[in-house]
Amino acid sequence: MNAQPGKVWKFGDDIDTDVLAPGLYMKRPIAELARHCLELVDPRFAAEVQPGDIVVGGRNFGMGSSREQAAEALKILGVAAVLAQGFAGIFYRNALNLGLLALVCPDADKLKAGTRISVDPIAGTVTDHDSGTTLACEPLPQYLLAMVRDGGLMPHLQKKFAARSGGEARP
Amino acid sequence: MSRPMTLAEKIIARAAGLASVAPGNVVTCAVDLAMMHDSGGPRRVKPLLEKLGVKVWNPDKVVVVTDHYVPAVDAESAAILDLTRKWTKQQGIEAFHDMQGICHVVLPERGHLQPGMFVVGGDSHSPTGGAFGCFMFGIGATEMAGVLATGETWVRVPGTILIEWNGRLGRGLSAKDIMLRLCAELGMGGGDYQVVQYAGEAVRAMGMAERMTLCNMAAELGGQTGMIAPDATTRDFLLQAGAKNVDIETWQPDPGATYLKHLSFDASMLAPQVAAPHSPANAASVEQHCGVAIDQAYIGACTGAKLEDLHMAAEILRGRKVASGLRLLVAPASARITTQAASDGTLAALTEAGAILLSTGCGACAGYGAGVLAEGEVCISSTARNFKGRMGAGTSKVYLGSPYTVAAAAVAGRISDPREMLAEKPR
Ligand code: SF4
Repeated sequence: MNAQPGKVWKFGDDIDTDVLAPGLYMKRPIAELARHCLELVDPRFAAEVQPGDIVVGGRNFGMGSSREQAAEALKILGVAAVLAQGFAGIFYRNALNLGLLALVCPDADKLKAGTRISVDPIAGTVTDHDSGTTLACEPLPQYLLAMVRDGGLMPHLQKKFAARSGGEARP
Repeated sequence: MSRPMTLAEKIIARAAGLASVAPGNVVTCAVDLAMMHDSGGPRRVKPLLEKLGVKVWNPDKVVVVTDHYVPAVDAESAAILDLTRKWTKQQGIEAFHDMQGICHVVLPERGHLQPGMFVVGGDSHSPTGGAFGCFMFGIGATEMAGVLATGETWVRVPGTILIEWNGRLGRGLSAKDIMLRLCAELGMGGGDYQVVQYAGEAVRAMGMAERMTLCNMAAELGGQTGMIAPDATTRDFLLQAGAKNVDIETWQPDPGATYLKHLSFDASMLAPQVAAPHSPANAASVEQHCGVAIDQAYIGACTGAKLEDLHMAAEILRGRKVASGLRLLVAPASARITTQAASDGTLAALTEAGAILLSTGCGACAGYGAGVLAEGEVCISSTARNFKGRMGAGTSKVYLGSPYTVAAAAVAGRISDPREMLAEKPR
């Protein structure tokens, strides 16, 4: 997974749900909300982030409210994964349940903005393709990885139940 | 022998069917009980379950409570309650407590909790259940739909922060003062999505209502949940709530279990705490805020309107009057508590002092029910949160305090030290 390297967007400690999903745009459709994601800390981010890019944070990433849109905005922008030294609990649960890969990487602060990295969530490794170095991250169990790959908890369960009822989703 | 485990680790391991777990492990757990209320429950999960084409996995393991929109005040809230009633019936869920009180209080009161259970709740104050030695935490609507469809969910095993309160609380002090102090000491992220476990002489001396307040406000510390190891007090409460037997021996932390942090505080040194707008972390000793004029005093919520909370307020109010120009609103946390407070004379003490009795439910706590604030009004409240605009208009200001402190402010018309009023009367 994510064998394709993505570009690092680097952020600091305590990135909160208000900068990820600004309250001002919470009533707007998610695509519009996403265009303001992180603008208070990096005004270029939402406009320039490419599908497959990777967000790297410090401690307590996603602190604040329980709003699911904080993780959803990153996913809509095509972010392939969030690596952080630590996550706020509800953000972490929301991210994985919505199909956004979130990995705890104690040495995330060593990664530099703009470098190209790839992550292997099963082995628990992060490879920096520019310097050729490898860092460790906490591996994700198969169960959660399957859910993330399906696009989150709801599509994952839909698939499971459809398979159970003979390939056809019940009404 | 396997490594010694904390209480939370033991419960998670049991629910995951594993011999042991350690912090950081991600495991799938069988859910013993799922609790939902009218606001975050049926109306949100119904469409998701329909999309999946499934019904609730086990109606006997689901409890539904109406508390946020009760009683209905407009067509919208009436429709939400109607949907809740119909869906619950259609799913065959028998544990439905309609307008019987606030979910976190009704759950143990009606005997749904037991030490060692793995419980999820569709509300951020779900940690309240940890007072009974359960591992209970709050989840969002998407995740609740997943639990209802499959009967399981995943957790990343949290570490445990052990917080000891030694010594005895002074007169006029309560669990609420302890929690406001902790919010100021540790900040609202201090719990770091770990388990906050309370222990020590002051905690052991508390009844279940006070212990529930400690675990309830683990949410304000940012913990995944709060917990207290069960003891004879826990057992007596649950037996009275209808349990046949209560196993407190199994559900104790192992000696030698590893804790992330171990903090100790002296309960005998604590002064009544008041949190200034707009965060529980703005707490300081009451004297810092003495003299602030109040428009409304509110005794309500899962945090601050249990029977013991009403007793605290009555201790101040008996033989006194609410100041003129100020309104004191009281919304008991459950129907059963209302009955008990009526029969032991507490309600009469409150209403004779001039308190206005509201229906049981969440009421004004999150601005859903009766008692919301106008622009610029100042309120002192026994609830858990004072975020901007939570109790009404955006420019209203909410101070948080214990039921003693709220009642004392209601009498004085301004924030005052409840200990002075208690000292004026013979004990
Ligand atoms: S009383 Fe307040 S804190 Fe408690 S469940 Fe209701 S809204 Fe939430």
